[in-house]
Amino acid sequence: MATTGFDLVTPSATLFAGQAEMIVCKSVDGEIAFLAEHEPFIGALDPCLVRIVAPEPAVAGSGGAVANGPSGPEVRIAVHGGFVEVKDNHVIMLADIAERPEEIDVAQARADEAEATTRASSGAGAGDSDRVAEIDLEWARARLEAAGQ
Amino acid sequence: MAGGQERVLRRRIRSVESTKKITRAMELIAASRIVRAQQAIVAARPYVGKLREVIGHLSESPEAANHPLFHDVHSTQKVAIVFVTADRGLAGGYNANIIRTVERMMREHRAAGRDVQLVALGRKGVNYFRYRGQPILFSMIGVSERPTYADARRVVGEVIPPFEAGQLDQIELVYTRFISIGSQTVQTRQLVPLVPEEGHEGTAPAATADGGSPTAYEFEPEPEEILDRLIPSWLEAEVLTAMLEAAASEQAARQRAMKAATDNADELIKTLRRVMNRARQDAITTEIMEIVGGAEALRQQSRGDDHGPQHDAFVPIQESA
Repeated sequence: MATTGFDLVTPSATLFAGQAEMIVCKSVDGEIAFLAEHEPFIGALDPCLVRIVAPEPAVAGSGGAVANGPSGPEVRIAVHGGFVEVKDNHVIMLADIAERPEEIDVAQARADEAEATTRASSGAGAGDSDRVAEIDLEWARARLEAAGQ
Repeated sequence: MAGGQERVLRRRIRSVESTKKITRAMELIAASRIVRAQQAIVAARPYVGKLREVIGHLSESPEAANHPLFHDVHSTQKVAIVFVTADRGLAGGYNANIIRTVERMMREHRAAGRDVQLVALGRKGVNYFRYRGQPILFSMIGVSERPTYADARRVVGEVIPPFEAGQLDQIELVYTRFISIGSQTVQTRQLVPLVPEEGHEGTAPAATADGGSPTAYEFEPEPEEILDRLIPSWLEAEVLTAMLEAAASEQAARQRAMKAATDNADELIKTLRRVMNRARQDAITTEIMEIVGGAEALRQQSRGDDHGPQHDAFVPIQESA
């Protein structure tokens, strides 16, 4: 299957640099997937789970497509908001924070989820602070999902 | 009396030696931290570079020019200077260079009738300006050696709202740029209003390579909304880069200062040893002279009295002297 170049970078590390068949993430307007030869696109991301379908493992192994990441057909990374740009069959994802499954503290994420849920439900109609709770909740859920919980 | 001087010198040498151990240890610690600080700069570089690229592409869209952070205010009245110093001293001229630059900028702005406020990152800068009663808008301490993205975000969160509310017209950034281990310079740049040319800097060649026609992007959500999110991220990345560069520069400056201190201690110990040895030699010579003098006196006395055994005992000393 055709692939697209994909980079996922944060201020502290490059989490993915290589080829991918498909990248699934969530923009502010809803879930979106990028395949090879996607048209030029700039979008803002919500906290979400990014799923990267890497090419066949053999290809991934020989080409070293997965940099610093677990090799395999699907790479999961939790992303705390950011941006995505697609241009010339290359997807660049900029995340302010991103965590790989093995970096995620599941207990902490669960605690954050519970705490953000109460804040989101109690602070209904509080405008901006409402949105903060929502983002925290999405981030906690994305981490749990990435960790396979 | 002469032996006392030797004791004093010996004590001094011991004290210099223990100081030397400390400066040597600090030198080694700084050297190892430079490596870590450099790694942090390298790790952040792709993010900052790609962010600039995206901003560059986005700023080609007509909406970008209307964004408030791009707006150049006609008459700048209120300026904020964000500057990065170390939390600790013992780094040679590192802190002094930044402070001197900030003071010069303050003088220039005030001479032009502008109101200046400071955003001090690092304990040394905070203490210096607070002691002198300068207006500090926001300060942050305890992060100079290991700045994180969260720290940069906090700084941006403090300075951008007043800018958007019109309480500030211009924000400048002063930090020490890390060029190499041997070379760091104080860097001054304007953070906001954004200078559009600066945004294109890294991407201009790529844009012209496309044949001059800007790529027709699909936006999700609207370009304005993306800009609203992207620009704070960019500012955060710029502040983070400045803090990371400053952290590496700080360690490099400290390593250099501590190396100089260690070398100095070596030199001092050598000089003190020489003085001490001379003092000891003097003391020995004086002692011999005293003994000889005493023997001579006794000999002359005994010659008058003619006491055999005592006389014999002192003869060899007289010969050796």
